[in-house]
Formats: sequence, C-alpha cells, structure tokens
Amino acid sequence: MNAIKKLWVLLMAVPAIAVASTEIHLDKAPVNLNDQASLQRGAKLFTSRCLACHSASYMRYNRLHDIGMSEEQIKKDLELPEDVKLGSTMQAAMDANSAKLAYGVAPPDLSVIARSRSADWLYTYMRNFHVDASRPSGWNNTTFPNVGMPFVLADLQGEQVLEVEKHEGHETKKLVLKTPGSLTPAEYDSAVGDLTNYLVFMGEPAKLVRHQLGWIVLAFLAILLVLTYALKKEIWKDIR
Amino acid sequence: MMNLIQKLIGWVDERFPVIETWKSQMTEYYAPKNFNFWYFFGGLALLVLVIQILSGIFLTMNYKPDALFAFASVEYIMRDVQWGWLLRYIHSTGASMFFIVIYLHMFRGLMYGSYRKPRELLWIIGMIIYLALMGEAFMGYLLPWGQMSFWGAQVIVNLFASVPFVGHDLAILIRGDFVVSDTTLNRFFALHVIAIPLLLVAIIGAHLVALRQVGSNNPDGIEIKKNKDANGVPLDGVPFFPYMVIKDIVAVIAFLMVFVAIIFFAPDMGGYFLEYNNFVPANPMKTPEHIAPVWYFTPYYAILRAVPPLFGSQFPGVVAMGVATMIFFALPWLDRGKVKSIRYRGPIYKAFLAAFVVSFVGLGWLGLMPATETYTLISRILAVVYFAFFLLMPWYTKIDKCKPEPDRVTFK
Amino acid sequence: MTDNVDHSKRRLLIAATTAAGGVAAAGAGAPFVLSLMPSERAKAAGAPVEVDIGAIEPGTMISIEWQGKPVWIVRRTKEMLDLLAKNDGDLADPSSSVPQQPDYCNNPTRSIKPEVLVVLGICTHLGCSPTFRPEVAPADLGANWAGGWFCPCHGSRFDLAARVFKGVPAPTNLIIPPHKYLSETRLLIGDDSKGAKA
Repeated sequence: MNAIKKLWVLLMAVPAIAVASTEIHLDKAPVNLNDQASLQRGAKLFTSRCLACHSASYMRYNRLHDIGMSEEQIKKDLELPEDVKLGSTMQAAMDANSAKLAYGVAPPDLSVIARSRSADWLYTYMRNFHVDASRPSGWNNTTFPNVGMPFVLADLQGEQVLEVEKHEGHETKKLVLKTPGSLTPAEYDSAVGDLTNYLVFMGEPAKLVRHQLGWIVLAFLAILLVLTYALKKEIWKDIR
Repeated sequence: MMNLIQKLIGWVDERFPVIETWKSQMTEYYAPKNFNFWYFFGGLALLVLVIQILSGIFLTMNYKPDALFAFASVEYIMRDVQWGWLLRYIHSTGASMFFIVIYLHMFRGLMYGSYRKPRELLWIIGMIIYLALMGEAFMGYLLPWGQMSFWGAQVIVNLFASVPFVGHDLAILIRGDFVVSDTTLNRFFALHVIAIPLLLVAIIGAHLVALRQVGSNNPDGIEIKKNKDANGVPLDGVPFFPYMVIKDIVAVIAFLMVFVAIIFFAPDMGGYFLEYNNFVPANPMKTPEHIAPVWYFTPYYAILRAVPPLFGSQFPGVVAMGVATMIFFALPWLDRGKVKSIRYRGPIYKAFLAAFVVSFVGLGWLGLMPATETYTLISRILAVVYFAFFLLMPWYTKIDKCKPEPDRVTFK
Repeated sequence: MTDNVDHSKRRLLIAATTAAGGVAAAGAGAPFVLSLMPSERAKAAGAPVEVDIGAIEPGTMISIEWQGKPVWIVRRTKEMLDLLAKNDGDLADPSSSVPQQPDYCNNPTRSIKPEVLVVLGICTHLGCSPTFRPEVAPADLGANWAGGWFCPCHGSRFDLAARVFKGVPAPTNLIIPPHKYLSETRLLIGDDSKGAKA
C-alpha cells in the first residue's frame, strides 16, 4: 500500500504546482451561491446593464426561479418588455451586427462566461476600467488591455485613471478614482460581487442542486459500501 | 415456483449453454486468492465502459453534430434537458476516469509481469484497447466544439501532416476538409459513437476470452495452475463466483464514491477534466493563448515537444510520440527477468520502474505547461528515461539479482 | 468449507445488500429515464399562447401554433350555429359525453362564447390535420353537409362544433384545448387557470 500512497502524493502535487504558476493577479470574488439576495441583485444589474449589448442565449428567464424569484418578480424587477416570454432565453437588446460595427468586435454571449473566464477574473475586470483617451471608447482596462467594451458601469464606480509611478527605474501602476460615481468604492465592489455571483450561477444553474444531491448520493453509497464489505467478509469466511 | 424456474432454465439450457457457461466462467473458474488492490482495475475499466456507453447513448439523443449547433446543444443538455447536466458530467468525468483506471491497470501489469508468457497476447490485445481508447477520447473531445476541442483537433491532425510525402494529403483525408470543420465534426461523431465503440466492445471481448484462457496472473507472479488438488482445482485459486465477484463489488462501490464525488463537487477538476477554454465556442480565426491536450495525452505530447525538429520537419517528434505509445507492445519480449513479480525482482528493476513512473507523471505534467526552455530540457531528460526503461530492459532484467519465487501464493 | 457458517446472518446480509443495491440502481436509472421527458425548451415552446381574435371575419378560421400543434379559432356565423342542431342525428357523440373538452365547453356549441370555437386541429383518428370546409352542401361532401372539417387522410368528418360524424374512422370529437378570455378580443390558449397570463 505504500506505493499507492506515494503515487497519490505525486498526483496531488501536479495541480498544486500548475495553479501556482498563473501570472496575472486576480482579486478573490465573493461568490456565494446560497446568497439569494445577492444573486437577485446581480440578476437585476445583469439585465439592466449587460443585456443591452451581450446576450445570454442559453439562459431562460424562468430559470431565475432557482434563485428564488417569482414570475412577478422576474417581470417587474427586471423590467421585461411585454412581449418577452418567461420561457425565452436572454437576448441582447442590440443586435450582434450593429454592436460589432460600434465596438469592433461582436460582444460575446455571456451564458458561460464565468466558466471560461473564472469568477475572480470577472470580478477583477469589472473593477479595473480606467479612462484612456487613446482608445475609441475612451476606456481601457488593466485586466483586459485594449478591450473593445466601453465602461457601462461608470456612473456607478466613477472614473478611474491609471497612474504610473517610477521608483529607481521600477514602474508601479495603480488605479486612482478621480471622479467618484454614485456608489462608494465599497458599495461598488459589493455590486460587482453580486454581478459576478450571478454570472457564476448563470454559467451553471445546476450547481445549486448538484452539491446537495452529491452528499445524499455519497451517503447512500457509504451505506452500500458498509453492507457489501460486510457481505464480502462473511462470504470470504469460507476461504482461509 | 422454484420448479417452474428450474424448468425454464432447463428449457433454455437445452438450446443455449447457460449452465455450462456459468460454471466454466464463474463458479468453476478459479482466480488466484492473493489478489490485492491492484487487481481491481480491470473490472473497474469494464464498469466505466458500461457507464460511458449508457451515458453516451443518452447524450446522443440531444447532441447535434453540426458546427453551428454543437456548442449550443451541449449547453442545451446542461440546462434544458432534465438531468442533462448529470448525464454530461457522468460522461466527461467517465472519460478521465477511464484513463486513470486503465493507467493503473497497465501499471499493475508492469509491476507483476502480467505481460510475460503465457499472457503476451492478452497484453497485446490490451494495448490495442488502449490505443482505440485514445482514438475514442480524441474524437469525443472534438464534439463539444469549444476552443480546446477545435484547436486540440487541429494540432493533433496536423501531426499527421508531418509524415513525409503523404502527410499533407493524409491530414486532408482525416479532416475531410482543408481545416477542421463541420465535416470533421460530423465524421468524428460517427467514429466516436459507432465505429470505435463497436471495435472497443469486440476487442474487450477478445481480451476477456484471452484472460479466461490463460488465467489471471497474481502479485507473486507464479502460476496457480501448477498446484492442483485431486479434482484438478488449483490449490491457490478461489471460485470467481461468489468470492471474486463480491470482492469486486466492494471495489466498485468505493470507486463509485470517488466518481460521484468528482461529478457532484468538481466536474471540471480545476480545468483538467473540463478545460476552461472549452466554454468558449470554437473560433477558427483565434487560437487560445495556451493550448494543451487533455491530461491523459500529455505524457506523449511532452515527448513530441521534447524532440527537436530535424531537417525542418516535426516528423521525428511525431515518430517519438508514436514509438512511445507503441513500445508497450514489445514488453513481453524485452523482459528477460527470471521472475515476473516485482516482489522477487532485484533493486535494478525496481529503480528503473520507479524512474519510469516518475518520467511518465513528470512528462504528463510538463505536457500541460507552456514549453519554456527549462521545461523543454526537463522533458528531454524524462523522455530519455522513458525510453531507457524499455530499451535497456533486456539488459537490466538479465543482470538483476532476483529472489527465488515461492511455490505457493503469499499474502502481504 | 461451510461448516461454521452462520446461514441466517449471511441470508440477511445478502437481502440487505440486494435491496440497497436495487435502490441504488433505480436511483441511478431515474435521471436517465427523466432525461427523456420534455426539456425546458419544449416546455417553453408549449407555454400558453395569447391570440388577438378581433380581426377574425365571421365564417372564417385562423390557425395558430400551440405546443407545436395547430389550434383553430373559428368565428361562426349565426347561420352556422343554427345548422349545428341539424347534425345531431348523424353524429357519434352529439352531446359531447366523451370528455374531449374542458367542462366550460361541454355545451351544444362546444365553446365559451357561442360564436368562437377554439379547437385542436388534430384528427382523433391518426393525427392528421383535417381541412376546413365551411360551405354548405358542396358537390364532393354531399347535400347534408352543413360545414365542418374533412380529414383528407382517411375521410373522417366533423361538424362546425368539431363533433365527429357516425361511420367515419375517427372515434371521438376533436379536442377543445384549455383556454380563457383575457379581454373581449384577447384569448389565452393552453391555460385556463384563474391567474393565468401570457
């Protein structure tokens, strides 16, 4: 059994080393899928801001039941147009072609963005926009340099500028809030946290049930393991 | 009631050898009684095969092998199909579990000399299964039509393009197009759901027939058929049913617990079982910054990258990679040791086997990493170790000081 | 070999393991079977449909899609309604005793408002969609024809209350789907519950 142990240690070491080698610094996103209030606030922010240009074409509005929103709430809180059905998927207000003309790239569908980009990346990205006159949109981003998207949350966060300080030939860049927005920095971080939380939920709605169900299945298998092991012991009494 | 059942069995048995088969394969088939942990993986591989076929059939009912709809249909399965997410995670986790189980199964063969006479053919059939499984996994990985699917297929198919003279046409033949496209997706789908599974089931059947013919090896590497009682029953054997079956069932439950834990708590396994970039739809115009094959291919991928191009061609690397997979076939004839099992081998074999495991795992890790200068150097060293294990085997197994094998099986 | 075996313990363990294993197998099988049921997409497509019936001319019919099936809405004229009773003797189930309609449509006109008929356009024989033939006594359907539907597949006939005639393959009247009026001219097909809205 010693060999197994060694092999296991070796295998476990692999992902640890792999994770350690990521380069860009990302802030930890406050993701908590059990916090329905946060998820609902995130959903509101998502539909009012992101859905203007981005679609979430695999996500149905009625899936928001899963985060505790009733039919009435979905329609009212998200200000859905009359003709949008609850069973339909989330489509962008702007069509992809005009968006491409406006920003140079078609805004990607956001259904699974949290799975490809990771929650931490999204949380960091949405807090790292800064004014940059050289960009067509007037905005740039330290997490996603030269991003095509204009900063649609500027009225909330305010305007940040990128300040470069030089210390003995060593450059440090830092974002400074020049014009405050309607939210305080702490409030803004919390709002973006809600939005990130929602994006994680939307990336995989099944995650809400999968953890609970997992424990039940594991517990049942544990009982089965005890039973079969006892039976094995019993039957093997014949031998030896 | 019992009488009726017995009558029915009798009726069938006159027309189909039920009882005889049951006896010869189960109650009167004798397996060595000293099987240890490492002997669970063959049965588990069979279990994973069944799981993959079942979950695959149900996924096929909702998946669309069309470049326009493939990615969306996977998300449709994940969200709209009832329990579709579970079916998908079973299948995606099953793919990785298949390789984990197969690698441990093969390692067992290395440790206890299961490839030695009279089991050469059993080993060779097993290796064919392994190769078919790699093909199956590779084709299946294209189906979600994400960025990693697309670019992974692109890179692997282009390996064939490096074959001298015919390579370019060969790559076109495989893709059915000048780039990986809808056509490629459609034919990989056909191969993944019909052709290779049929082949797999057939050769796994052959593997089992060969196993029943020669009987299982065991951790002592001695033949239990040498010591039989007056009735011709091996003294160190136990009937497969019920003893081995119940033992395997315990292992199956324990294995399922691991399987289920991954499915429910970490289906993407930190990006190793389901890669992050594969949640971006395939885009032929934009390669992701860092691409690597799925983890089970990375040891060979690292060997491919470790070999420098010769005469401006990638072909030597491709050959090295091919040889690295194929060289297992030669094992039965490379090993000249007097004993089979690692328990009675000398220190040299043990050292080489340990070095081989380190090189395999190390190469697997390096295959996931970007090819920096240091990593390439380490890859080269490990690739040499990998091949040394095989190529020097006739020499070191011969000079190694073996301990005497026992007459009867032992328990450790 | 079997001298010191406690048979009752062994039997008990086998029974317990088999039972637990059976539950596990059923539990594992359930998601597979359930995946065969309609998906969220199918359910969304089957959601109730809201229709404006203000523009339907008297004596004509519109066809809308609900759950992927045709639903006909006919605005019957006074003459059409008067002729309905004439058919009773030739019908298989003139009083709609077979529950092919919600209770609120179990009346001679098979509708909420007498003139507006809402009916599922699928023949109760083998599922073809019958043809609307509102004219009276056309040459091909005979002198007794007072308007209705004729199924081209196997010749089943229905009157303008979607009731089936005797002697044709279709066994029962056409189905009236659940529906309700949201306003004078707005109809909701597929849901008749109190709070239902599109």
